[in-house]
Amino acid sequence: MNTIKKNFAELLRYPSAAFGMVIVVILLGISVYTMFAIPYDEAVRLWRGGESVWYQNPRQAPPAWFNVFSAKKLPVSFAMSSASNQSARTVTTDAQGSSEIVDTYTFDFQYDEFPQELALYFTAKFGAKQPFTAITWLTPDGRTINVTTMSLRADQAYRFAQDEKFKRLMKGKEPVEALFSDPNAAEPTPLKGTYQLVITTSTFEKDSTVDTELVLHGQLYGWAGTDHLRRDLGIALLWGTPIALAFGLLAALGTTLTSMIISAFGVWFGGWVDEAIQRVTELNLVLPFLPILIMIGTFYSRSIWLMLGATILLNIFGGAIKTYRAVFMQVKESPYIEAARSYGASDARIIFQYLTPRIIPMLVPQLVTLIPTYVFIEASLAVLGLGDPILPTWGKVINDAQANGAPYQGLYYWVLEPAVLLMITGLAFALLGFALDRVFNPRLRGV
Amino acid sequence: MAAVAQAPDMNANVQVKKKNSSAVWRIVRYALIRLLTLFITVVAGVFLTVMIANMGGYVDRIRMGDIQESVAMGLRGNPAYNALSAEERQKRLDAEIAIQAEAQGLNRPFMVRTFEFMQNAMTLNLGRALKMTSDSGSRQVQAIILERLPPTLLLFGSSNLLLFFAELFVALYLSRRYGSWLDKVFVTLAPVSTAPAWFFGIFLILIFAASLRILPFDGMVDAPVPNNLWDYSLSLLRHMVLPVMAVALNSIFLNIYSWRTFFLIYSSEDYVEMAKAKGLTSQDVERNYVLRPTLPTIITSLALMLIGIWTGYPILETVFNWPGLGRAFYQAIQFFDTPVIVGQTVIFAYLLAITVFLLDFVYALVDPRVRVSQ
Repeated sequence: MNTIKKNFAELLRYPSAAFGMVIVVILLGISVYTMFAIPYDEAVRLWRGGESVWYQNPRQAPPAWFNVFSAKKLPVSFAMSSASNQSARTVTTDAQGSSEIVDTYTFDFQYDEFPQELALYFTAKFGAKQPFTAITWLTPDGRTINVTTMSLRADQAYRFAQDEKFKRLMKGKEPVEALFSDPNAAEPTPLKGTYQLVITTSTFEKDSTVDTELVLHGQLYGWAGTDHLRRDLGIALLWGTPIALAFGLLAALGTTLTSMIISAFGVWFGGWVDEAIQRVTELNLVLPFLPILIMIGTFYSRSIWLMLGATILLNIFGGAIKTYRAVFMQVKESPYIEAARSYGASDARIIFQYLTPRIIPMLVPQLVTLIPTYVFIEASLAVLGLGDPILPTWGKVINDAQANGAPYQGLYYWVLEPAVLLMITGLAFALLGFALDRVFNPRLRGV
Repeated sequence: MAAVAQAPDMNANVQVKKKNSSAVWRIVRYALIRLLTLFITVVAGVFLTVMIANMGGYVDRIRMGDIQESVAMGLRGNPAYNALSAEERQKRLDAEIAIQAEAQGLNRPFMVRTFEFMQNAMTLNLGRALKMTSDSGSRQVQAIILERLPPTLLLFGSSNLLLFFAELFVALYLSRRYGSWLDKVFVTLAPVSTAPAWFFGIFLILIFAASLRILPFDGMVDAPVPNNLWDYSLSLLRHMVLPVMAVALNSIFLNIYSWRTFFLIYSSEDYVEMAKAKGLTSQDVERNYVLRPTLPTIITSLALMLIGIWTGYPILETVFNWPGLGRAFYQAIQFFDTPVIVGQTVIFAYLLAITVFLLDFVYALVDPRVRVSQ
């Protein structure tokens, strides 16, 4: 316990280690938060749910914080609904049970570009008589535009951009542009200020009600942006964290420790044990690792857990075991081992106390650099289109971005967000490990 | 006196001779056993690959389905076929499918074909690819592999060899100047190398091709291919810059760091201190007391690195559209093209087996502490 404390204190003396540790802790925090805040099923639903989940999001929109760095402010997407009381609602009911529901949405628009799209969603409850609605648009400079009137079905969507009638009314101008543009400007520029959308719905039955929702698809969305299917990249970035960490940690620990112990046993006992290990290692070396993983992914299953298992299995008897063996072979011939043998130390004692410690200085940097390596193996498979079919991972986001030509469309955020996260994760573990190397390797400390 | 003294001497001579001949016998026996076990390993490895690449026979069903579909599609467009009665049409269809299946050997049992296939593969009779063709139009797996080998060797062989020795050299230099600013720079940069080459490739393409537009996105030479050697080489070099940079960024910092750490561990051995205390020049100390005991590890790394080129860089070659072995392997998997997959694996297995065999002797040569056990 004391030595751990001492080592920990020693570790904190390296700024890079402290930095790496902070990032690792943050990543762990994000992982825990993600798994509680967005449970697995919810994440899968949000990532693979379909248009009904993503309708509020614009397509291929960069994150909202882009505005901080650009002089030209791009509209940020938002959604407001009467169900969550984001509209001012007045209801007047007459004696026959008919009522007039007025939803007024008020929002501030201070951007230099037009939004992608504006849409209204109605959920109406009625028996036989359809409610009737009128949509009015109030601009900051006091103009009133009567957009349209229509009767409502139980589920009704109204997209301004697709209303040809309204487009004709606006003399052929694009509807969204017409609603937001400054009438006095020569070039179409958006008018800044507070807009109001008034939805007046008449219902003709006693229990008939209407819920409305206003969705503005801006040019930007959320903190992470969206992809080609309107999916919020934030989900993938958040859920990618626990997946990457779990994959990297499990694979690195599983392979390194197992192969170290196996190779030490082999060298120490020699004979058929060593022989068997050597044969399995050679058999494994003959099998090309990445191509085998690609084959497993293409032919069998792309499940991330199968990939993890295959990665560990193929790497236990990997090239490292041969390197360890080369070192152990030399160490085994050392006089101090002979001394230990002559005073009657047990096999286990020699293996764990005298043989393996000699390799720890080599092993620690290896283990730590292996974590990011395995994180990147998962990403590599995903980039080849062999990512887990269900879970959202960083690699899959890069793959989607590449497949949809993000770099050539200038949608750099789409590639860079997951790539930077991968890089940060890799760096954090590497920084931590390199410092650990110096702490756990007293021979290096003094040099 | 002299005669008495001679007797034990002669005795000793005989003993030495006996020891020598038994050592030679031991080495020969060891080598033979080693060759045999390695051969069995290669056979087992290739068998595993054949099984994985066929999904234990499932790929056959996929191929059969392909044949059925393509034959049916082909016949449907034929007016003479459409004029036939339903019964005759079915007969025609079955006959066509049978011919196609026989052409691909699908009519015989899977295990029989697997063993035939194995035998051919082991004798390097690699056969014909199912779907892939070489650029010259040949279906021979050998032709495909031979065509893809030069680009891979050119790109990864040259850059890896160069990098390997550069890294060793720099690492040795740094281990002598432990703690200098240059050493610190490499220690600081080492974590950068944890990302794979393709990862850097994507960034490099974004920077130098997409945004700065000074280097080509991908490929090996410009299209149209320059017709004089000078322009051709120049174009080739331009296309090599980004992938080589990706490979270098991926390996250089971490490898230098690892080697440097490795050398540092060995330079803190007592015998090195002793040599220094004796007043040997640092060059002598380095060559005889640091490099000599680390030689087995260096040689192992070099050999494995060279063989690793064979399985290549499937993702990097895909990202850069480089017509090498790695991409051929990836394409073969996509096409379920078992002969190409197995062909490449067999050659890889042989190369590895030979290297492993030779490495054992190299160990014994460079490190007298390693012994052939009885």
